[in-house]
Amino acid sequence: MAGFWREYRENWVAVIALAVVSLVVAAALAAPLITPQDPYDLANLNLMDARRPPGFVGSGGYAHWLGTDAQGRDLYSAILYGLRISLQMGIAAGAVALAIGAALGILAANAGGKIEPAIMRVVDLQLSFPAILLALVLVAVLGQGRVPLIIALVTAQYAYFARTAYGAATAERQKDYVEAARATPLPGRRVVLRHLLPNCLPPLIVVGTVQVANAIALEATLSFLGLGLPPTEPSLGMLIANGFQYMMSGRTWISVYPGIALIILIVAINVVGDQLRDQFNPRLRR
Amino acid sequence: MTDILVVEKVSRRFSPRITLGDRIAGLLGATVDRRPVQAVTDVSISVRRGETLGLVGESGCGKSTLGRMLAGILAPSEGRVTLAGEPPMRHGHKVTTRIQTVFQDPFGSLNPRLRIGATIAEGPVTHGLIPRAEAGRFAGEWLARVGLDPAFAQRFPHQFSGGQRQRVAIARALAMRPEVLVCDEPVASLDVSIQAQILNLFLDLRRELGLTSLFISHDLAVVRHVSDRVAVMYLGRIVEMGAAATIYAMPRHPYTRALLDSVPKLALGGNVGVTFKPIQGELPSPLSPPAGCAFHPRCPKASDLCRQERPALLPQADGTLVACHHA
Repeated sequence: MAGFWREYRENWVAVIALAVVSLVVAAALAAPLITPQDPYDLANLNLMDARRPPGFVGSGGYAHWLGTDAQGRDLYSAILYGLRISLQMGIAAGAVALAIGAALGILAANAGGKIEPAIMRVVDLQLSFPAILLALVLVAVLGQGRVPLIIALVTAQYAYFARTAYGAATAERQKDYVEAARATPLPGRRVVLRHLLPNCLPPLIVVGTVQVANAIALEATLSFLGLGLPPTEPSLGMLIANGFQYMMSGRTWISVYPGIALIILIVAINVVGDQLRDQFNPRLRR
Repeated sequence: MTDILVVEKVSRRFSPRITLGDRIAGLLGATVDRRPVQAVTDVSISVRRGETLGLVGESGCGKSTLGRMLAGILAPSEGRVTLAGEPPMRHGHKVTTRIQTVFQDPFGSLNPRLRIGATIAEGPVTHGLIPRAEAGRFAGEWLARVGLDPAFAQRFPHQFSGGQRQRVAIARALAMRPEVLVCDEPVASLDVSIQAQILNLFLDLRRELGLTSLFISHDLAVVRHVSDRVAVMYLGRIVEMGAAATIYAMPRHPYTRALLDSVPKLALGGNVGVTFKPIQGELPSPLSPPAGCAFHPRCPKASDLCRQERPALLPQADGTLVACHHA
């Protein structure tokens, strides 16, 4: 573990990215403590403060450093609260997709027979068309709300995990230690859970990191299209969408600042994921 | 002495996996090879209680496949394996703990994410041989028995050398208290200096525990060192089997003779450092074994009879079994 961190530290870009991710997560967690306004409490909003530029001191008596949106929300507060939702959705969807995908992939690799092609053909089919399309259809069918959104994101993403877990498990199960476990003999479930699964985890962690970023982007896209969470609890995508109509009238801050926050988060997570992938990939080892 | 492990007319074929892609390619006119590989053909051997049977042959002759069938890891395509009267496998799963295996590659045979103490104690705890609370002490005892520090139980496999790992693998196999130990090339991937240590450890533990064992190796010197009896395999069949001393002193089958001649020997005192005769030709493909005696394309004594008719494995005057028309 110490060696892993030493190697990670050699890439300063990845170190910065990790710091950024930690900072963003910390800021999102501490949002109620470090923001001047609860943007979800409609009583706090004053239409007199709507669409004010950055630095404007509104009716609350404090400066809106990133300006306000069309409902008079303080954008700095709204972005931090939006990040909470984006991260929640991304991490929850990523974790559930990881669990389901890994279970299916390892089951397919381990079961063989007719189960293996049955699972993997469905996965291949799903990988062959865009995730956003599937998510759009599902949200349209299931309706708005957190649970339908997570279901849509998971359905759109589990296939990546299943593919990765299947690949890792088919490689690992050929190895002698799995055969040694079967030759003891240990019960099949124990062989899978204690021997196969832990050795399939590194590539899954890498894919998981990147897929969290993808889930966040996907959720933002759905919200931008008006299919995400209700407008009273705007996520980053919805903040961007709300400001979009004012872009041409010069009030660019309403869309731009949430957009920048989203880009920073996604890029930082991806850089961390890339570094993890490089470190877990033995062929790139020096 | 009674036979503990009996193998009757065992064969094993491996069919190629025909994928959807292969099927489509076949429909479009490509040639798809559907011939099965005949890894082991019609082998009957028995291992007596307390003895060590050495199994030798070139790479690819089916000795590991035979070993895996004996160990209950692989089901035979035909024939029967019984361990003290019972089959080691049922419905494709191993059911007995009375036979255990030491694998060739100690870098692959230990789970890299499990501490070695857990690796050693896992089987005995799962099978109720020891209570879970005893696992730590038990693993430590076994580490000491194979010549390692009991404190190593907390370490991971990557912290050990090849020889140390093979000691751990031996401890894991013996911790299950097996009656029979199958060693599949246990020293082939180790340095020569380490090989001797592991072999001596094996010999000590065998004596101490009264083990029966099947020792698979391509190294004739190693097999001679540990075996009571030796079986020589060529292309999936046993070609010669008998007491180790007899076979090494007087090889009857041309293949056994060629194998012994192909071992480089140090001629002490002479000017000529090394003498050896490599076997002519290569091992034929098990996809299309030669007609008649499988060894005839490489055999110096081959006659028309050898090309047409496969010799049966027949007992000689001294009890050695030989499959050769010219024995």
